[in-house]
Amino acid sequence: MEKTATLARELNIREMTLHMGPSHPAMHGTIRMFLELDGETVVSSDVEIGYLHRGFEKTCENRTYHQAIIYTDRLNYVSPLINNFGYAMAVEKLFGVDVPERCKYIRVIMSEICRITDHLTNVGASAMELGAITAFLYMIKAREMLWRLIEEVAGGRGVTPSYVRIGGVKDDLPEGFQGRALEAFKATREVLQEIHGLLTKNRIFVDRTKGVGAITADEAMSYGFTGPCLRSTGVAYDVRKAQPYMVYDKMNFEVPVGTNGDNYDRYLVRMEEIQQSMRICEQALFSMPPGPIKIDDPRMTFPSKKDVYGKMESLINHFKLFMNGHGITPPRGEVYQAVEGANGELGFYVVSDGSGRPYRLRCRPPCFMIMSGVSRLVNGGMVADIVPTFGSVNMIGGECDR
Amino acid sequence: MEESLTLRKLRERFPASIIDTHSFRGDDTAVVKRVDVVDICRFLKESTDLSYNFLMDLTAVDYLQMGNSPQADRFEVVYHLYSIKYNHRVRIKAPLTEADPTIDSLTPLWAVANWLERECWDMFGIRFNGHPDLKRILLYEQFEGHPLRKDYPLTGRQPLIGPKN
Amino acid sequence: MAIESALGESVVLTRTDKVLGWARKYSLFLYPFVTACCGMEYMATAASHYDIDRFGAGLPRFSPRQADVLFVVGTISHKQAPILKRVWEQMCEPKWVVAFGGCTCSGGPYDNYATVQGIDTIVPVDVYIPGCPPRPETVLDGIIKLQEKIQNQKQEL
Repeated sequence: MEKTATLARELNIREMTLHMGPSHPAMHGTIRMFLELDGETVVSSDVEIGYLHRGFEKTCENRTYHQAIIYTDRLNYVSPLINNFGYAMAVEKLFGVDVPERCKYIRVIMSEICRITDHLTNVGASAMELGAITAFLYMIKAREMLWRLIEEVAGGRGVTPSYVRIGGVKDDLPEGFQGRALEAFKATREVLQEIHGLLTKNRIFVDRTKGVGAITADEAMSYGFTGPCLRSTGVAYDVRKAQPYMVYDKMNFEVPVGTNGDNYDRYLVRMEEIQQSMRICEQALFSMPPGPIKIDDPRMTFPSKKDVYGKMESLINHFKLFMNGHGITPPRGEVYQAVEGANGELGFYVVSDGSGRPYRLRCRPPCFMIMSGVSRLVNGGMVADIVPTFGSVNMIGGECDR
Repeated sequence: MEESLTLRKLRERFPASIIDTHSFRGDDTAVVKRVDVVDICRFLKESTDLSYNFLMDLTAVDYLQMGNSPQADRFEVVYHLYSIKYNHRVRIKAPLTEADPTIDSLTPLWAVANWLERECWDMFGIRFNGHPDLKRILLYEQFEGHPLRKDYPLTGRQPLIGPKN
Repeated sequence: MAIESALGESVVLTRTDKVLGWARKYSLFLYPFVTACCGMEYMATAASHYDIDRFGAGLPRFSPRQADVLFVVGTISHKQAPILKRVWEQMCEPKWVVAFGGCTCSGGPYDNYATVQGIDTIVPVDVYIPGCPPRPETVLDGIIKLQEKIQNQKQEL
């Protein structure tokens, strides 16, 4: 021991401080890590976030309830519709209203398609960071097919569709959607099969991920982990099961859990969740009832575009809802509404003062909590292991920094 | 309406520190005195028939422009707790004055409180006593003021480089 | 005139500017400065479906010293701005900057305390690609515009 210390002194070996990011391909451009290194081992680390802080909460406080929808899109921009629905559900809870059955089914289907795209992107990108660029290309191929579905429903590609309206959704599903959705899922299943072949037993991938970045269930809960990161430690907490919203209580699906809480388990949990999401979608597509897609209340929901152009009353109604001071005004009060986002529990806490703008709109970002634990995940590991660990927690800047 | 188990327990255990309780739209809420926040949270976390093991969210609200709310209690720190075991939620709120926006830190109870409290300090300027490293998290050190306070202008830009457009 | 006819078709005469422009426009090395939502569309453009490689811009370089086009993809906050400036300063001439998405062009929907209102207040921009986020077709159009610009500009040696 003493000999090593003397040698270290003679060779002038000391701990090195390394800044990783923010402009680093594996740091998604928005994270800076201060690392204390002993050789290649990370002794301690500090994570700096906030490089994508764009004032979501303050901006929404200065917008009307409907205008805030487009900002919720850009929170977790890989699964924007889940944010949309979470926010709309929070406002609907504030009003104390319930949306029609068909609308709930549409929301479930679109949420699950978004969850699939999110997991595809995450697994693909983190595999690419480990060198498996083929997996990335395959997964983006599948994502492109699902984005096409979102596009024909919402009008925008998968990043910013802004499909929700408070009290309903923008439009009904288009003609023939069911068939095209089933086809896309079939193709996605084929891609997943290929990915399993490429990654699940791939020696390099397994070596880089198994046992790396592991965390125990108790620690994960203390850090507020939710979603796949928590489930990979063996805790089967899923908002869809625990506090079912929309029509998840009528759906038949399982919550996959891992055992070790390491990168490999997070990968497996995500892969299985994609399968479960497709299962939910297929059930919902077949059991969807006909009916209205929004609440029939002219003080709250917009008339359809066709009526706005064709009917005087609808035009006036539309005009009044958009006029300053005439928009929707929920009662005074405060609510917290949680949905299962792709990364975990996504909560919206809305405080209303009875005016047309949210007095306070707080988003509970699942990534933020997970990022607070990343330092714990990487300490004691190797520098190179930061990349798979950071990739597998699926940090989304828009949501983490808001 | 009948009061939920959590609120009843809280009333029994801390009769002096509960200012108010209500359940708007089914969200159980307890407004408590700020000095007892850590004790209350510890009780909620460790009591076996409540076992709130998750600190889901921690934020604050600035009631400066809320009409009739008294200037004396300008801020409210809001905690959302969740229990995996019993699958219930509760919201704890602690009012703070403008003159002394400080409250005790929850970092001994939950690791995530560290970052959440830093964010709260960054956005609202609320100090957390006993926090290990209370510094800005989303904004930069040179930033002056706290943007989510209602008296901070929406476009109060403080660029590090470039014009103040 | 006389020389050309003497050489026949074995030699092509051109100007240095033109041949350099031709070479440069088809070997763009991007530095994707990806921060936000637009990154998803950048990924879609770069992947096989839209295949940015068809335009000779398929190989991203993650070191500013090896890149010649700075692709600023996503919102730039005031905290991020000094880093963007520094990355731009580290790039070798000739270099170009593409503002990808509404936030980089003008601040987009984020007119607030945290966001830079257009990156042209910090670095000079050659091509603006609008959209929130721009569709891959728009991005490819932007790249073609950049190629035209490169072809027609005065080439520094």
